[in-house]
Formats: sequence, structure tokens, C-alpha cells
Amino acid sequence: MNAKERLAIPPQHMAEQDPAVRIHNQNEVPMGFRPEQAIQEANRCLQCKKAACVVNCPVGIDIPAFLALVAQGDFRAALSKIKEKNMLPAICGRVCPQEEQCQLQCSVAKILKSREAAVSVGKLERFVADWERSTGVMDLPKLPPKTGKRAAVVGSGPAGLTVAGDLIRLGHEVTVFEALHKPGGVLTYGIPEFRLPKEIVDYEVRYLEKLGVEFKYNYVIGKIKSVDELLQEYDAVFIGTGAGLPNFMNIPGENLIGVFSANEFLTRANLMRSYDFPAVDTPIIRADRVATVGGGNVAMDSARTALRLGAGRSIVVYRRSRQEMPARVEEVEHAEQEGVEFHFLVNPKRILSDADGRVTGIELIRMELGEPDASGRRRPIPLPGSEFILEVDVVIIAIGNSPNPLIPRETPDIQTNKWGGIIADAAGGRTSKKGVFAGGDIVLGAATVILAMGEGRRAAKAMHDYMTNGVW
Amino acid sequence: MLPELYTILSKTVIAPRVTRFDVYVPEIARKRRAGQFVIIRVWEGGERIPLTIADADPQAGTITLISQSVGKTTRLLAEKQIGEKLQDVVGPLGTATHIEKWGTVVCIGGGIGAAPLHPIAQAVKGAGNYLITILGARTRELIILEKEIRAISDEIIITTDDGSYGDKGLVTESLQKLIDSGRTLDKIITIGPAIMMKMVAETTRPFQIPTLASLNSIMVDGTGMCGGCRVTVAGQVKFVCVDGPEFDAHQVEWSEMMLRLNTFKEYECRLSANGKEGRE
Ligand SMILES: Cc1cc2nc3c(=O)[nH]c(=O)nc-3n(C[C@H](O)[C@H](O)[C@H](O)COP(=O)(O)OP(=O)(O)OC[C@H]3O[C@@H](n4cnc5c(N)ncnc54)[C@H](O)[C@@H]3O)c2cc1C
Ligand SMILES: Cc1cc2nc3c(=O)[nH]c(=O)nc-3n(C[C@H](O)[C@H](O)[C@H](O)COP(=O)(O)OP(=O)(O)OC[C@H]3O[C@@H](n4cnc5c(N)ncnc54)[C@H](O)[C@@H]3O)c2cc1C
Ligand code: SF4
Ligand code: SF4
Ligand code: FES
Repeated sequence: MNAKERLAIPPQHMAEQDPAVRIHNQNEVPMGFRPEQAIQEANRCLQCKKAACVVNCPVGIDIPAFLALVAQGDFRAALSKIKEKNMLPAICGRVCPQEEQCQLQCSVAKILKSREAAVSVGKLERFVADWERSTGVMDLPKLPPKTGKRAAVVGSGPAGLTVAGDLIRLGHEVTVFEALHKPGGVLTYGIPEFRLPKEIVDYEVRYLEKLGVEFKYNYVIGKIKSVDELLQEYDAVFIGTGAGLPNFMNIPGENLIGVFSANEFLTRANLMRSYDFPAVDTPIIRADRVATVGGGNVAMDSARTALRLGAGRSIVVYRRSRQEMPARVEEVEHAEQEGVEFHFLVNPKRILSDADGRVTGIELIRMELGEPDASGRRRPIPLPGSEFILEVDVVIIAIGNSPNPLIPRETPDIQTNKWGGIIADAAGGRTSKKGVFAGGDIVLGAATVILAMGEGRRAAKAMHDYMTNGVW
Repeated sequence: MLPELYTILSKTVIAPRVTRFDVYVPEIARKRRAGQFVIIRVWEGGERIPLTIADADPQAGTITLISQSVGKTTRLLAEKQIGEKLQDVVGPLGTATHIEKWGTVVCIGGGIGAAPLHPIAQAVKGAGNYLITILGARTRELIILEKEIRAISDEIIITTDDGSYGDKGLVTESLQKLIDSGRTLDKIITIGPAIMMKMVAETTRPFQIPTLASLNSIMVDGTGMCGGCRVTVAGQVKFVCVDGPEFDAHQVEWSEMMLRLNTFKEYECRLSANGKEGRE
């Protein structure tokens, strides 16, 4: 096939659940490529020599090579190619902001002058990973002889899972300590089932268990064991405890009944499965009108979860305009299709309640955009006198999360920055405490799955060097 | 052979709807300190609920939990038998009570509050304080741990609402009498229903007696991740699970804390409705 023929292949569309149906279930929204579609889509790749996609993938997957294998129908080989760089393709294929990474500068999109025309790298990555799961055969790599070294991994989010996977394949013994009763971190408690089925996270964890990684749940490091105690039992420690501290706005009424942090709302819904209440025991308020404050993926997940819990109106209020929203385009589109309403350029001033302390509304003030701030986004400025009240029963605060302070608080010799994140060197995650490495959101602040994995990957390499050669 | 983690090794009903369990979790048994708690789940679809570590036996590897059946989870827990396992036990959570030698300390436990009070009272006594305890309940049979607490107290006062045992009246009336007697009271520690702790705070406030209360807000994770347990203390938002559970009772916004306990009331009633015993 020549380039012209490749460019003539129409971009393949993944079938999606009908919005009217999907707001009543927890099933995934995009339903995946059929094999022949995947092959077609992979054939659209021009196999660039200097491939921008590889450069723009934070873990540098050899994208043209894996796409060529998909095009040949050799899905198994394609998956191994991806797994050289990325241990969690079924997850990244779903949640990576691909349009800003691997797909951003795709040659196909450039030639066809349409961002939508980029080769769907993420969807193909998802396809091959799903294909493997559907065969029921798990390809396990051959493990080298045991080194006799032991590593402790704190936190089972994408950073911790990556470190565990890399170190076990280098012959070390690995134990993962997780505070919650289930693994996955945000993948399990934050990102909803309809965007990332939990069966996938379970599958990846089972894979690591098969390789010999030991998982200990209900284990809060800093409480049941200190980092120093871990260092007595293990040759190296990785801290991947995430950015689990919810930010609040500090406005009046924020502690009323019916005001939730996105973390609480999503944890109840996802980790505790309260969408199945009363078949399971954890309750969640099923409100008719829900306002979500924020404009990121977390806000989209909250607003869409509220709809699935039966909200008649689910409204996102965001203080800047649509262009500044940090959420992925696909998530915003899905939210809109499902009927989520957006109020732009408004900011909450206070939350109102009835005599029993239950939320009845939220007072908003209109904003206009001023000069760009440090983040490069135009700073919102309130317009005095423009206040108005939006009547709602539940308010979800999704304005961001900060690094989890538990370990830094209990381990004063690990240095942190002014936002509470652990300071670690970018090359290998070394902290100020010898033998202790860190990566993911606890270092970066709330970031992304693939960045957390990238950090985990580099830390695992540095831990390997440290455990085998004592290099610090 | 060692028991499996989370196995219930003993169980006693110590008062109507109040059950005491010894659960096998050796690492928590070794590590826990007075004032800390665990979060448990009873079954796969169960809620995560906090319970204070009432006591621990590091040799046997067990922690003692004392639970009052008020809703679905505590009722399911009460049905668990010796030899069965809990689904999950995570801990020790929360900040341990800061104990020093203050002088004369009054520990006030209301109802089930006597259970979390016990380890703290023990530590208070252990630090060389003169310990006065006040245990209150609605009626005689709801007074728990009297024997254990009497054994460590220099003085003990029992009150019941109906006068069936000890003084008739509320714990705050006995506390007021102690204050009125002119004795120097250096520290008050109170655990019980929110309304009782609030009244204790109001009783000691005019006399500026330092008063600690152990808050029982609704929790999910217990690690500072969800913010569901938040309360306002001295005008600042605090997370009970990591910053607490103990706070300066004079600085807690009690009305807010009490309202928040009602967050899921209508849903909890639905759960209890198909259970054997309803909510109290
Ligand atoms: C709702 C939501 C939606 C998101 N959507 C996207 C998306 O679409 N795409 C994307 O790329 N990113 C998304 N993100 C961000 C992404 O999920 C995170 O950047 C990523 O999960 C960070 O990984 P991590 O391994 O550093 O930490 P986490 O995933 O936060 O995992 C940390 C783990 O450590 C555990 N832990 C914490 N403290 C302790 C302790 N003391 N002892 C033991 N264990 C502990 C926690 O329980 C948790 O399981 C989203 C985040 C949220 C909240
Ligand atoms: C740090 C801490 C330590 C605790 N220690 C003990 C203890 O040692 N023994 C004990 O019996 N109880 C203790 N509690 C209270 C216990 O957690 C609740 O009784 C339990 O969560 C109720 O669950 P349920 O499903 O049985 O009842 P639900 O059906 O959930 O609730 C029944 C009633 O209890 C109230 N309630 C719900 N959750 C809580 C809560 N977390 N605290 C107080 N009231 C609540 C509700 O408002 C409702 O009125 C403690 C709570 C905290 C926060
Ligand atoms: S890991 Fe993410 S950025 Fe890299 S190729 Fe896959 S979807 Fe693209
Ligand atoms: S940039 Fe696009 S066309 Fe080029 S190799 Fe990457 S995916 Fe293929
Ligand atoms: S219980 Fe979630 S933050 Fe305290």
C-alpha cells in the first residue's frame, strides 16, 4: 500500500453506547474496534521515519512498529511490542490524553489538515490489550533467576504497579502495600467503571501476582509500619502514594450536607459500588440536581456519575471558558452527549441550605477573563454585582487534589516542596532519604496515568541499580 | 497453627446490642496506641466503618473492638461468630492521644463511648494522673466496662438517665458538681454521643478547663483522601481521620458536626428496614 492509498482509508470509528441508554448503566461508553476495523485503522499509519508520535508518547512506545504488526493481524506481537515500554496498555489506551500526546503531531493529521484524522493510536493500543484479555491466555515473560533483593512499593496506583512489574521482571522480590482494600489507586477509586472497567485493573494486578508480586491490602504505611521499618526489611522502598488530598474552596457552606469532594463522591460510587445500593451497603446521595465545580477530568467523571445515579440535571460550573477546560475533549463530548450542562465563567461564592443543613443551592458570580497567569491560561476576574443562585441539591467540589501528606508527615527526613509533594530527582526518583524512591502524583502533583507510569519506570531502573550495585 | 488474619477469636455480648470482639491482626495489636481506631468491612459489599481499638494483646496478636448495633454494618458484625473472619481491618488510624501528666483528669464516657475511653483512661492513669471517670448511660444495663474502668480509676461516678444505677441524671450534672466542689480539674476528656460531648464542652467552657473530645464523624477511607470526615475546628477545616479523632472541644463547631452525621440518614433507614433490628 502506498501513502496515497493509506491516506484514503477513512478514519475508523469506534461504536459507542447510545447516550440515552448509557446514562442508566455503568457499562463502558466506547465499545472497542472489531479486528478488521483495527487492521484498517493501523493501515492508515504512514510508518514515518522520524515519528512524532513516539517522541510525544511519555514512555516512548515504538508506535509505527506496533501499528505495522496490527496491520498484519499479528495482535500478539503488537502487544509484546507495546509492553516493551508500557505495562498497562488496556488502561493507557483508554485514559491517556492521546490527542495531546501521541496523536498530536501525527503526520496523517497534518497532511489531511484535521486533528480528528490522526491515527487512533490509543484506541489501537486498547484494542490489542483487550484482544489478549478476550483470548483468556496470559502471556507471561520468562523471569531471570532471583537476585535475593527485596523491594517494597507503597501504593498500588499506576506508578506503584509499574515499579512492581519492572522489578519483578528483573528478578527482585516485590511487596506492594496498599492502604485501601483494593489495588489500582485512582484507577479503582476515582475513574468510573464506564470509562475504565475495574475488570481491567484486576486483570493487570492478577498478571503481576502471577509473576510473583505480593500484594498487601489494608496496609497504611506511616501508620502500621514506618518507612524506616520498611527499610529494615527491604533493600529499597518506592513511594507512589498519589495526590489523594482533596482541595476545597474555603467558601461558606462547604460543609453542608450534600457537599462532597469529588474524591468522596467517586470513591463511594466506584470503590464502594454505591451505584448498587442497597444491594451493597455504602450509601450515596441520589440527588435530582447536582452541580460539579471544576473543569478537569475529575469534574467530568463526577458530573457523569451523578447522571448515572439518577440526577435529572447535572451541571458543571467552571470559572474560565470552554477553551481553558483541562478535561480531555473526548470526555467533554461524552458528557455533553449525555446531557451534562455547562456553565462557563462562573465561580461559587457560597452554598445555601435549608434549616436541616441540606444543600438547596449555590450562589455563583460571573467572571470575565483577564491577562494570562503563570499557567498561561487567562485569569478569571469576578464581575461585581453579577451574583445569582443556581438551585441544586448536591454540590461536588472537583477543583483538584494535592499530594497525600500522610507519609511526608510521618517521615520528616523525606523532603517535600511547598505544595507538599515529595522532592525526587527526575532521572530516578531518588528522595532525600537514602534507599527511598518516589514517583507519580506524590511527586508531580495531580498529573496523569502515563506520567505516573513513566516515573515508575525510571524509578524502577534506579532502584535496580541501587539494589544490585549500591549506586545512589 | 496461627489463625488467619482478621479472624474473630472471641466474642461476648456485654450489654444489650453491645458486643465485644477480639480480632486477630498481630501487627495492629503491636503498633496501636491509645486513641487510635481501625476501619473494618464485614462482607464483600460492606460499608467501611470506624471502630476504636478498645484494647490490644500484642502477645496473642489480637485487638479488642466493642461495637454497638445501630445500623446495618454494626448489626452484621454482631452476627459474626467466633472463628469467622472480617472482610477487612485497616489500622491503626488516627493520631494517638497526646498524654502527659496534667494532674487531675476527668474522663467522661457516654454509652458506647466507654469503649474508646478505656484505653485513653488507662494511658492517663499510666502517666501518673489522678483519674476521675464519669460513666453515663440511659439505663443500668447499658453501662459497659465498669469493672475495667473502676480498676484504673481513683474515683468513679456512674450516672443513668432513669436512675436505675448510680446518680440519676446526665454526666454533665455530675461534672458540674465536681466543678462546683471547687476541686482543681486540669483536663477533661470526653467520648460519647455528639450531643453529650457538646454539653460537656459547654459545661467546662466558662471555667476554661482544657477539654478534649473524640469525634465520630462519618468516614470512608480513613487516610485523608475523601474529606468526608471533615469538621470545623477553630474556624479551620480538619479531617477527623488523620488530624483527629481528638480535638479541643471548645473549638469544635458542634452543630455542623452533628448535622453532618445525618448525611445518609434516609438511606441508612432503608438498609435497616429489611434488617432484624432497626436503627435506634
Ligand atoms: C477522577 C479522576 C480521573 C482521572 N482521569 C484521568 C484520565 O482520564 N487520564 C489520565 O491520564 N489521568 C487521569 N487522572 C489522573 C491519574 O489517575 C493520576 O495521575 C494517577 O492515578 C497517579 O498515579 P499514582 O500511582 O501516582 O497514584 P494513585 O493512583 O493516586 O495511587 C496511589 C495509591 O497509594 C495508596 N496510598 C496512599 N497513601 C498510602 C500509604 N500511606 N500507605 C499505603 N498506600 C497508600 C492510595 O490508596 C492509592 O491506592 C484522573 C484522576 C482522578 C482523580
Ligand atoms: C473514630 C471513630 C471511632 C468509633 N468507635 C466506635 C466504637 O468503638 N464502637 C462503636 O460502637 N461505634 C464506634 N464508632 C461509630 C461507628 O463507626 C458507627 O456506629 C457505625 O459506622 C455505624 O454503622 P452502621 O452501618 O451500623 O449504621 P448506619 O446505618 O450507618 O448508621 C446508623 C446511625 O449511626 C450514625 N452513624 C453513621 N456513621 C457513624 C459514625 N461513623 N459515627 C457515629 N455515628 C454514625 C448515623 O447517623 C445513623 O444515625 C466510631 C466512629 C468513629 C468515627
Ligand atoms: S501510552 Fe498513551 S501517549 Fe503513549 S502511545 Fe499509548 S496512548 Fe499514546
Ligand atoms: S506520526 Fe502518525 S503516521 Fe507517523 S508513525 Fe506515528 S502514527 Fe504513524
Ligand atoms: S475518612 Fe476520608 S478523609 Fe477522613
